[in-house]
Amino acid sequence: MDRKILDGGDIKRILVRMAHEVIEVNRGAKDVVVIGIRTRGVYLAQRLAKIMEEIEGVQIPVGSLDINLYRDDFQTRAEQPVVGRTEIPFDVLEKIVILVDDVLFSGRTVRAALDEIIDFGRPKAIQLAVLVDRGHRELPIRADYIGKRLSTSRHQEVIVKVREEDGVDEVILSEGVEA
Amino acid sequence: MGREHLLGIEGMPAERIKLILDTAESFKEVLERPIRKVPTLRGVSVANLFFEPSTRTRVSFELAEKRLSAELVNVSAASSSVLKGETLKDTARNIEAMKVDIVVIRHSAPGAPHFLARCLESSVINAGDGAHEHPTQALLDLLTLRERFGELKGLRVVIVGDITYSRVARSNIWGLKRMGASVALCGPPTLMPLRVEGMGVEVYHNLDQALQGADVIYVLRLQLERQKEGLLPSLREYTNQWGITAQRLTKLKQKFIIMHPGPLNRGIEITPEVADGPYSVILDQVTNGVAVRMAILYLLSGGKVEG
Amino acid sequence: MKAEAQLLVKGGRVVDPASGLDQVADLLISEGKIERISEPGSELRAERVIPAQGKLVVPGLIDIHTHLREPGREDEETILSGSQAAVAGGFTAVACMANTQPPIDSQEGVRFVLERGREAFCRIYPIAAVTKGLRGEELTEVADLVRAGAVALSDDGNPVSSSQLMRRALEYSKAFGVSIISHCEDRDLSSGGVINESFTSTLLGLGGIPSLSEEVMVARDIQLAQFTGGRLHLAHLSTAGSLELVREAKGKGVRVTAEVTPHHLILSDEQIRASFDPNLKVNPPLREREDVDALREGLADGTIDCIVTDHAPHSSEEKDVEFDAAPFGIIGLETSLGLILTELYHKGLLDLKPIISLMSTNPARILGLPGGDLRPGGPADVTIIDLEKEWEVEPARFKSKSRNTPFGGWRLKGKAVVTIVGGRIVYQEGV
Repeated sequence: MDRKILDGGDIKRILVRMAHEVIEVNRGAKDVVVIGIRTRGVYLAQRLAKIMEEIEGVQIPVGSLDINLYRDDFQTRAEQPVVGRTEIPFDVLEKIVILVDDVLFSGRTVRAALDEIIDFGRPKAIQLAVLVDRGHRELPIRADYIGKRLSTSRHQEVIVKVREEDGVDEVILSEGVEA
Repeated sequence: MGREHLLGIEGMPAERIKLILDTAESFKEVLERPIRKVPTLRGVSVANLFFEPSTRTRVSFELAEKRLSAELVNVSAASSSVLKGETLKDTARNIEAMKVDIVVIRHSAPGAPHFLARCLESSVINAGDGAHEHPTQALLDLLTLRERFGELKGLRVVIVGDITYSRVARSNIWGLKRMGASVALCGPPTLMPLRVEGMGVEVYHNLDQALQGADVIYVLRLQLERQKEGLLPSLREYTNQWGITAQRLTKLKQKFIIMHPGPLNRGIEITPEVADGPYSVILDQVTNGVAVRMAILYLLSGGKVEG
Repeated sequence: MKAEAQLLVKGGRVVDPASGLDQVADLLISEGKIERISEPGSELRAERVIPAQGKLVVPGLIDIHTHLREPGREDEETILSGSQAAVAGGFTAVACMANTQPPIDSQEGVRFVLERGREAFCRIYPIAAVTKGLRGEELTEVADLVRAGAVALSDDGNPVSSSQLMRRALEYSKAFGVSIISHCEDRDLSSGGVINESFTSTLLGLGGIPSLSEEVMVARDIQLAQFTGGRLHLAHLSTAGSLELVREAKGKGVRVTAEVTPHHLILSDEQIRASFDPNLKVNPPLREREDVDALREGLADGTIDCIVTDHAPHSSEEKDVEFDAAPFGIIGLETSLGLILTELYHKGLLDLKPIISLMSTNPARILGLPGGDLRPGGPADVTIIDLEKEWEVEPARFKSKSRNTPFGGWRLKGKAVVTIVGGRIVYQEGV
């Protein structure tokens, strides 16, 4: 049984709230850059940055990150995932990087993303923003900005759809398949 | 459980070629980062078995391996026990006893990589086997062409030189044809292998005719031994008939680019002014070589099952 | 293997091309000779009876082109192991080539082979070298070699490249009634080649051996044979062009005979494309489908006189390597009959009588060897064949010391089940 957790309006409100939180915590948007994790994190990052730009009236650089080359499950996979492009067309040195992903689960993707960003330079700080935190962390990683906390069981699936990729904005909790 | 290999371009589906090129494009970005290295292949070991002298391909593979954080061991003919009469099979078995995941092999015997693939558990990458195939070269060439033209379909590529002994020509013919380009070959009849038309290419002996309408002029290296083997009367005559000179190129009306797999015999198959001139994409080929080899190492290293 | 004073092969279909016989009959062997062939159900009695109902009883198969590697490469084959392989394949006699180490180019060499042959399972006939040391420079002492027991002369493995020397060999050997067996290969044209020069060699980038390298030598040797009147036998022909030359020569009455191998009759060079299998590396190389078809046609129309194995054993250390580095050669004694029956007889391409002629009667005639027929009074060399027996080629179980066959795993139909040499049962299936 699939359950809709968030609709388009919810997502919009969450991003506006997050934008305000980021600006509040960092006392403005100076030195803030936003990097989204491929694929859906990138669209969320772009939207978040746009809202912050509107609030603060400054330009906020946005990058995208493909973490496949930094994954830790390489030895156990049967086939390699397709590698997308990483585009960080700005210097991260001494910047406050807002790392954006759709769902925070085991924390392994974020771990890979942290390593990858640091290979681009040494930021002043990295803060994590996620649309959904569904728990079940396997690493000591937490988000700084959370859209929605969801308690889930491991076999359930959280499906995030964004209109740029899927034509619709929504978050679905699916029962998935019992492993 | 069979490992996946890269033995040749013959028979490789277009989707596979496209995946390799797409992946290589992503890796090109890695090469421009402040730290040009990713941890992807940590814990993966690669043996580079070079039974034939090669600087360019070996260095390109090594760089690709290092930038993916693989562990690598180099065996070259000069340093190995190959010279002591140890067979390829023994060498390979020893390498495998060291738990190597991927073997990159360059060998003068066609089919040597296929032989290794039969007797080893590792993935095998053909880095050039005699006059048979040189798949990574063809893939980097395809990447270079795709970058330049956006699309491979419909391109007219003329490969000039010693076709008989060229693994680069064979792999490129397969790859270009598979991606929808048309291929013409041009060279002396003594360096044109029997019934090569069967590969779906046109054959010319007159260079000016062949170059009409060419989008790409792919110049092959002429091994200087060919003259001693009696396949050519003289290098001078070869250069006059089949050498790519600026003078010859000025006659062409269309836009075109010049490619060469290296190393160049300047003044024999190509003049320095052409090799270093505005049409030349020879250095792009070299850059793309690392990205393509990274892509191949990456794609093969995950494949624990035949795919 | 004890010789019985009398042996009765009962109720088999006896096929003897020499006499034209093809009927169910009983065959009585006595004191190592064929005693009599009688109507089935006859009252013939013997100490030992071999029931052969439903089987084929034929004159012992004779292979006039083998390499037994002794002396010199006893790790690959010996005269004893080769003969054991031979009888398992239905052969009662083999002639072995001179390219051993050292080559058989002296009386001592010939006597050595004959002596070893006395302990062998089948009859062993030495072929001596045409030139000293197989070097292609000086003629061997033909008279002495023939007196010692050489049945033919050949530098096989090498051509006699000098036309002058080949002319002299054909002329000189006339005085002693022996054939010159010619390995036709122009070494200039074949230089650097490892497979047939064709579209396959183009794709694989392997060095090509053109058909031409065989055909120019076939043409040369035919001209020389015609001019000298010498006795020429052409070894392992492989191309359609060679067949055409032989056909024409025979039409003109030139004294020339020719042989082919099962592998050239069955395999073509495309097989190498998928595999780079060094077991497919052989000289002359596997040719194209059209050549295979032409060879088969040559069997049917009599252009080809005999089928030989060109059994060429190689150690796996040497053969199981990359294609370029592997030596040329395929072993064939244990697969030849099965392959011919499966691929030619059971597919309706060649009848039994011609097959037996090609594998027994004609080879005996070409080299003037005993046997090749079931004539009463002749040597009791007999092969009993089960035409319907299905079996798998398992190189690991070969009697030969070597394993270099491309036919491993093939399912074949038809096999020798009993081999009798001089009245002795030297091989019996399942025993």
